Amino acid sequence: MIAAIILVCSIVFLLQFFVSYCRSLIAASSKQALSPEVRDVTGIAQSATGEDFARVMQLLRLCPESPEDRSRVQAVGAYFRLLSFVRSTAARIMPALRAWTETERSQCAYFAAVALERRIAFSRDMLAQQMDA
Amino acid sequence: MLACIFVSVGRFRVLFTHGFGSQEYAFFYYYSDVFLTIGLYFTLTSLYAHVFEEMAAEKSIRFGSILLLLGTALFSFAIVMQSGPRIAGRFFVEVSQNLNFVGLILTYVLWAAILKLRETRTRLIQLVLSLGIFFSLLAASFALRNLYPALHSVLQSLYPVTGCILPMTWAYAFWRFPEDARLVPARLAVVPR
Repeated sequence: MIAAIILVCSIVFLLQFFVSYCRSLIAASSKQALSPEVRDVTGIAQSATGEDFARVMQLLRLCPESPEDRSRVQAVGAYFRLLSFVRSTAARIMPALRAWTETERSQCAYFAAVALERRIAFSRDMLAQQMDA
Repeated sequence: MLACIFVSVGRFRVLFTHGFGSQEYAFFYYYSDVFLTIGLYFTLTSLYAHVFEEMAAEKSIRFGSILLLLGTALFSFAIVMQSGPRIAGRFFVEVSQNLNFVGLILTYVLWAAILKLRETRTRLIQLVLSLGIFFSLLAASFALRNLYPALHSVLQSLYPVTGCILPMTWAYAFWRFPEDARLVPARLAVVPR
């Protein structure tokens, strides 16, 4: 009985901490403006939507990974999947939840675009270093 | 982190000398696990001291944390006493599990305090949230192991993954966010405030 209570409590706490942690990662990159180049490549003209996420992630996979952002891109990817799951289940009967998941998904897409910008800069730095060498 | 490195080196030495199935390795593993858990527990209380530093509550936090640690040890001892022989070995396993759950509750309370006090230091927020994820995963896996002993082998392969979370997220927090970086914590709450 105690083990079952501990399990339920820890899963609820885990979800809360995980969501907050991912939102803290996203919030840190939300202030960063996207360059016109990345806007062109990703097709994000004004604001990102949840539908952009998959496309931006595909572009992200084409760039060499920088060790700096690998784990947080994975964390936000897991958060996006969680949001998509909530959107396709509980959010169907709760319109407020649907709006919230959509906003969160669009922020995930913006985060991925910022990560793409960083990876492009990282690739350019690597190329410049190789050219110098 | 330094303690973790020393313990890992020590574990490797004992493993290399006595073998995986030896009693020496089992004892060393569980004793060192308690040592690391207590270390993490005091790290958590130092995060409390950071959050409540303006209230000058450092002494009360230290006293409270020692009291809670002793209480957890006594509670674990009482449970082990009821469960039969080989008290010492079981006691350390029990203390470790209970301290992880106490750590989880304390981290949750600390997170609530951060939201309430509108603490804005990004690095501190990241440290607390990753500690919360780590403690929740550990507590969930211990609870699962108690509920479904057949899952033991599956869960055993998850421990190393769980163990990597804290060093990685903390290293990221220290490396990526400067001391003066600020964040609005209300934006991070699951329930909007």
